[in-house]
Amino acid sequence: MKHIISILMENEPGALSRVAGLFSARGYNIESLSVAPTEDETLSRLTLVTSGADSVIEQITKQLNKLVDVVRLMDLTEGSHIERELMLVKVQAVGESREEVKRIVDIFRGRILDVGQAQYIIEMTGTSEKLNAFISALGITEIIEVVRSGVSGVARGDRSLRV
Amino acid sequence: MKLSGAEILVRCLQEEGIDTIFGYPGGAALHIYDAIYHQKQIRHVLTRHEQGATHAADGYARATGKPGVVVVTSGPGVTNTVTGIATAYMDSIPLVVLSAQVPKQLIGDDAFQEVDAVGITRPCVKHNILVKDIDQVALAIKKAFHIASTGRPGPVLIDIPKDITAEKTEFFYPESITMRSYAPRDKGHPKQIRRALDLLLSAKRPIIYFGGGIIQANAHQELIELVRMLGYPCTSTLMGLGGYPATDQQFLGMLGMHGTYESNMAMHECDVLLALGARFDDRVTAEVSKFSPYAKIIHVDIDPSSIGKNVAVDVPIVGHVKTVIQEIIKGIKQRGDKPEANDLATWWKQIDAWREKDSLSYDRASDQIKPQFVVEKLCEITGGDAFVTSDVGQHQMFTAQHYLFDKPRRWINSGGLGTMGFGLPAAIGVQLAHPDSTVACVTGEASIMMCIQELSTCRQFDLPLNLICLNNRYMGMVRQWQEFFYDSRYSHSYMDALPDFVSLAESFGHVGIRIEKPGDVEGALLQAIQDRSQLYFLDFIVDQSENVYPMIAAGGGHNEMYLSPGTGDIPEERELA
Ligand SMILES: Cc1ncc(C[n+]2csc(CCOP(=O)(O)OP(=O)(O)O)c2C)c(N)n1
Repeated sequence: MKHIISILMENEPGALSRVAGLFSARGYNIESLSVAPTEDETLSRLTLVTSGADSVIEQITKQLNKLVDVVRLMDLTEGSHIERELMLVKVQAVGESREEVKRIVDIFRGRILDVGQAQYIIEMTGTSEKLNAFISALGITEIIEVVRSGVSGVARGDRSLRV
Repeated sequence: MKLSGAEILVRCLQEEGIDTIFGYPGGAALHIYDAIYHQKQIRHVLTRHEQGATHAADGYARATGKPGVVVVTSGPGVTNTVTGIATAYMDSIPLVVLSAQVPKQLIGDDAFQEVDAVGITRPCVKHNILVKDIDQVALAIKKAFHIASTGRPGPVLIDIPKDITAEKTEFFYPESITMRSYAPRDKGHPKQIRRALDLLLSAKRPIIYFGGGIIQANAHQELIELVRMLGYPCTSTLMGLGGYPATDQQFLGMLGMHGTYESNMAMHECDVLLALGARFDDRVTAEVSKFSPYAKIIHVDIDPSSIGKNVAVDVPIVGHVKTVIQEIIKGIKQRGDKPEANDLATWWKQIDAWREKDSLSYDRASDQIKPQFVVEKLCEITGGDAFVTSDVGQHQMFTAQHYLFDKPRRWINSGGLGTMGFGLPAAIGVQLAHPDSTVACVTGEASIMMCIQELSTCRQFDLPLNLICLNNRYMGMVRQWQEFFYDSRYSHSYMDALPDFVSLAESFGHVGIRIEKPGDVEGALLQAIQDRSQLYFLDFIVDQSENVYPMIAAGGGHNEMYLSPGTGDIPEERELA
């Protein structure tokens, strides 16, 4: 099952490589990883998406917690949460497909950010599943580039990840 | 007064109460070495290789419980420490490694003797820090000692660019430190402790299995009290030996791949298993799918990630093992319950029957020197009270099986990483920590060659070590596996072109003796151990074909041990309970 793990880490050099190194050394897979500073400049927030049996996820969270720079972490998927991912897609848009692509973008509530002579750049946010669905919906349209931010997530209600 | 980074480094070590450090100088470390030169409080031990320095510091730490300290230069200096750091990491030994780095402005330029020390060591340290600012030096070192020696101990590396060791700032060393991201847990969860008590006190076939955590946590007194008050049998991992007196009736010996028959059978048959400061390593559990099939398992460990990693656990208790045992003892006293005496007596009867197999026996009538015999004699002559280091191989297992350690921190070996070359430098660290104690290093002719250069360090510091080389002219443990599992195809496990160890020892300024007959074993050992003024290299020419038994092969459970086949070369008897 897919898990979204949110991590608050000391904003120290090398923090990211500790996480990446842990995953490669122990053979865990990372589907996506996003990292950015928070409102508190001493902290970085990482969101990583991984999958595996419960016992593997338990080990992943324990091993992450063991990293000295990790201040706190939360498996968002253990409770209700919001998740979003940003995607930019550059597609070939000529002739009939110009209209077709625009229609699909509207259905998915995306936006066309840039209209070129033969290309569109599309912005789409949503869950990873929605972004995947959008890509399938593009069908035969030629995709030139796909850029995804990786998942960001936050728990709903009283559950919060803060120091 | 302002101090240079190098002076600060030395002052920090003094503040930590460090009396001995191990190291090797080089370009980037020269300011540090100059600061070392200008002081008297700390003794610097120059080894002959940075691997030797790291193992020596590790041996020092294992023998004392205090963190070992290493100072090395950049580039090859620090890469040479990697094996030592990984060795300490796998056995959770507190080590602080201070490595010099090229000046800040050269980092990333492929400068002379530049290596990404923090990157190279990351997977085998508890933590590491590249210091980027003179004002961070003292804090980084404080953190290093704090992290290395608390929680589950481990090595910490601090990498310091050369220019920072020359810059100056005010020296301030914090007394203590708290880190929001690092706060190891001490007490066990009360509810889990209650559940543990329920299980423990209602057990019919209990066993207590302990590991190196007991030694690291100085919890041997508590362990002894617990084992005695319950009257339960206990068994130890390779790393836990000495945590409970080996000569005591309630001790079943070591368990696992080369454990005793009674230990492994008791592990297999038990209904309640209390694991204390042990991590269910694959050499201990044998085939996990066959592990303790009838047991409810209670696991006490300081490291949450050790719990439930290899074996599913019924009662997990995260905490300092010393504190948790105290809590368990208190709980038992409060309840006033006693284990059911009849069940326990039946269990002991069964265990004693297993004991009768005498699974560590060997051919005492042989006209060749048996390696087990040498270890047995060593134990006898030193009253089981020596500090004994070892390398890796058959000699290590024979020592673990036949030297009866009654006290903690006496048995010093590389269990987790299994590093050949550990024994001699580790013995240096031990002897420096305990100058008046007998220190022996039981080694093999292959292992000893991996850090043989340290004989020179021993000469310089007048260390009267006793090197007990069980020379079988083979990488014995490799040969054993090839005999069993590769149809005796001894691919590259022979030790050809061996040096004459006697003259080799002499050339380093020590005493060397070759012993070829069983009748000469005792005399040679006595001479070496009684002479406190010199290092002895005892080269015992032992039986080449001896194998370590019992043995559990890959895929086997605890009840599937190969027992000694007499003189046959293929294991003949596979005991299936
Ligand atoms: C650095 C290192 N390289 C290789 C090994 C694999 N290995 C384990 S035991 C062993 C043989 C050791 O031979 P020796 O020191 O003569 O001891 P014996 O088994 O003969 O007692 C080897 C090569 C190891 N443990 N460490």
